Amino acid sequence: MNPYIANTKIEVDEMLQCIGVKTIDDLFLDIKPNQRPKSFNIPPGESEQEVVAYINRLANKNRSDLILFIGGGYYDHYIPAAVGSLISRGEFYTAYTPYQPECSQGTLQALYEFQSAICTLTEMEVANASLYDGGTALYEAVMMAIRITGRRRIIMDGGVSPIYRTILKSYTSNLDIEFQETPVVHGQSDRQQITKLLNENTAAVILQNPNFFGAIDDHTDIIEQAHKFGILVIESVYPISLGLLKTPGEMGADIVTGEGQSLGLPLNFGGPYLGFMTTRKKFIRKMPGRIVGQTVDIHGRRSFVNTLQAREQHIRREKATSNICTNVSLCAIQACIYMSLLGKQGLKRLAQLNLDKAEYAKQVLSHVKGVEIKRSSPTFNEFTAYLSKDANAVVEAMINRGFAAGFPLGRYYKGMEQYMIVAVTEKRTKEEIDRFAESLEEVLKEM
Amino acid sequence: MELIFEKSIPGRRGFQIPVCDVNVQGDIPPRYKRTHDNELPEVSEVDVVRHFTRLSQMNFSVDTNFYPLGSCTMKYNPKFTEVLAKNPQFADLHPLLPQLRNGEKLTQGALQVLYEVEQILCEIAGMDQFTMQPLAGAHGELTGVMMMAAYHRDKGNKKKYIIVPDAAHGTNPATAAIAGYATIAIPPDENGLLDITKLKEKLNDEVAGVMMTNPDTLGIFNSHIDEIAGLVHRVDGLMYYDGANLNAILGRCRPGDIGFDIMHINTHKTFTTPHGGGGPGAGPVGVKKKLVKFLPISRVEKRSDGTFYLNYDYPDSIGYVASLYGNFALILRAYAYILLLGKEGLLETSNHAVLNANYVMHRLKNHYLLHYDRTCMHECVFSATQQAERGVHAIDIAKFLIDRGMHPPTVYFPLTVKEAIMIEPTETESKQTLDQFIELLIEADQLSKTQPDIFKDLPKTTPVARPDEVKAATDLNTNFFVNTAKLTRPQKNSSASITHHV
Repeated sequence: MNPYIANTKIEVDEMLQCIGVKTIDDLFLDIKPNQRPKSFNIPPGESEQEVVAYINRLANKNRSDLILFIGGGYYDHYIPAAVGSLISRGEFYTAYTPYQPECSQGTLQALYEFQSAICTLTEMEVANASLYDGGTALYEAVMMAIRITGRRRIIMDGGVSPIYRTILKSYTSNLDIEFQETPVVHGQSDRQQITKLLNENTAAVILQNPNFFGAIDDHTDIIEQAHKFGILVIESVYPISLGLLKTPGEMGADIVTGEGQSLGLPLNFGGPYLGFMTTRKKFIRKMPGRIVGQTVDIHGRRSFVNTLQAREQHIRREKATSNICTNVSLCAIQACIYMSLLGKQGLKRLAQLNLDKAEYAKQVLSHVKGVEIKRSSPTFNEFTAYLSKDANAVVEAMINRGFAAGFPLGRYYKGMEQYMIVAVTEKRTKEEIDRFAESLEEVLKEM
Repeated sequence: MELIFEKSIPGRRGFQIPVCDVNVQGDIPPRYKRTHDNELPEVSEVDVVRHFTRLSQMNFSVDTNFYPLGSCTMKYNPKFTEVLAKNPQFADLHPLLPQLRNGEKLTQGALQVLYEVEQILCEIAGMDQFTMQPLAGAHGELTGVMMMAAYHRDKGNKKKYIIVPDAAHGTNPATAAIAGYATIAIPPDENGLLDITKLKEKLNDEVAGVMMTNPDTLGIFNSHIDEIAGLVHRVDGLMYYDGANLNAILGRCRPGDIGFDIMHINTHKTFTTPHGGGGPGAGPVGVKKKLVKFLPISRVEKRSDGTFYLNYDYPDSIGYVASLYGNFALILRAYAYILLLGKEGLLETSNHAVLNANYVMHRLKNHYLLHYDRTCMHECVFSATQQAERGVHAIDIAKFLIDRGMHPPTVYFPLTVKEAIMIEPTETESKQTLDQFIELLIEADQLSKTQPDIFKDLPKTTPVARPDEVKAATDLNTNFFVNTAKLTRPQKNSSASITHHV
């Protein structure tokens, strides 16, 4: 018997007797012989020790030793030990969705605090308790904008992550939604193009800050123009950058989404991550996902509950604002713990440190022969480098020297085969950056 | 309890940012900078640790309490999978590495996990291929229905409707609607199962597919599934299997063998990845051959030399449904669990899940109304209508259980059963725990006869008593920093007084 089954033969027999059947097989008579498995070739079970050894052997086949200068929306930030320690408490991670508030106040209050923290980061009024990841959060924002405006045309800035843009197209292929993409000019949003496309049939403009190339922008002017046509503006943001950068709230954005991985979540080869969404309070009833609200119990004590549930699938079914049920509560709590540890000053300093190191890397790299750093627009902790050789080949060669040097842009942008984006977080030391530049120079020379 | 923001003392810090080791002070023009500081709390590390430890103690969880939530499969979550998933060789692996040229070499271990788990899930479910990309059960449903749409587009079928049983999980109709289909609801027949006569009436060439589970939401295995699948396939509709109830039939029946074309698995149910207080989950989707070309990209494939790579070259694919390759750390946990169980362990799982549910059903059926008195699978559904006549509703019984330290079953779901109490004990619970639970429910029934008034004040032993859910929805406060009250349109139809579980 596997170790997760408690009952012994004695108890099983007692239970069968109580039920009034002879064997467990008698309980499966509703499954007719022709409905039984045509095959079930599963290997025999193994002990925990054996499985651990096997999985760890697989783990050894991964190159997690590389020094990461690769970002592309997923960043190698340091995670304070207290985050992992707290989130590993069984009372958090083995709890269910907090539908019974009296025995779920821990999860509920932590999610309320998460919502508040994300709101202060983005300077927006309301947040939900999380969505799956940054890309799917952006899709939910588009659907929300369509619900609010009743329009079906979307303008999408080319600086929005190409991964996100691919997701949006997948999701909307069976829906009658028109996407207009605008190019990036000198690293920033093409204001002329966007303005030209604004009209009364447009539901939303999607922007990203910093954009996929790492460039930062102030979208206030675009947002003002869009609002003249009743268009909503969706901003996808990188939360760590908001320790320094102008917030989407201050710019006037209507819906803000983002990937929260940088807020204390490991890279985990792609997930679980943390999609978040904030908006203005007037749109709260159109927002997808769970929302935690503060109230009082029958004795007047502060309490928290899932609120506005009439938007959700378990009540509204086919008229729900989204089909989302399970979100990523634990990741939201993890991010909340991380933000609490960093605090007001910590987040600011961390953002500044990222900026400082990235600026240093830019300086050093700009002295490398065969590397040109585009300086047309300011950046945060990621920037575009132009290489004298094919970026794919350069990045591949850099692996042998122990570096994940960046993400080549040619994969998603035609004509940009000699560009890569380079990310520099607080984890990169001066020594690593210097060695990175030296190695890059050598690699370019040898090619 | 105080909020973390209320514990804030200016100048206090919970984490030391390293001193800058480069002699550059980055600066950006003021117009790109935020004007107002963020208002994150200023607290020490010990403040944070005590705050969140205390919060965690305000939860029920599988580690601390019996959790017989119907349709949620709250089985025990083994600890070794947690340790495996935290191995830095997985946890620190950047997801874009395999997208570099020859980058798959850098992530062979992770790709092998994704490849092998797909093989084993295919064999467990009787499907031809799986994608690990969907990030939760409902996300898997959406992926499945998008593939359904792609299939019909590809064949030139003009389809408008998806049929969903009344008893289905709310995500089914919501998914269908979001994917662009109208839904047709079918009520249950006198046995609580999908009404085949009604199904025949509704079936026509415009039906894209049927979404259902088996065993269905009442915990009953539908033996007529072959007939249903035959009818649906006759109009070139597709059968979608909601994997919520897969735990009941592991090794006993495979969705792919009984007519289903597409399915999702909730790893956080059947394969015991922790629920996390509402996610993260993972919702792998399996399909039969005729749908393989529509699976999301990337696909993890194996070369003849035994190495693994990501294949994006599927022109008919529905594209990306998630940013990367799915919730990898959860897929990894599920795989380790399956390897440990093996063939026998999977059978033991369904055997004991079904045994435990039938035991609870038999011991309680003289105390609570059982609409369908027959063998159940992994869960059983009672109705508290008798107790409700005495003024004690399903929600009151739920609160009674909370007061006594047990998580209540799912209540008011499925919607087709009045005062529903849906119990899924799972295979990991002992007879002793089940007996305690049964005794409590019998006691609740007795009290409903003798002291029905005591229920309204329950629970008393929890950090808070029943919250005012109407106030929560009308005086909205969802953000400490903004008073979100006084919205212009207070909800008329607040459902908040009823607690739904799914």
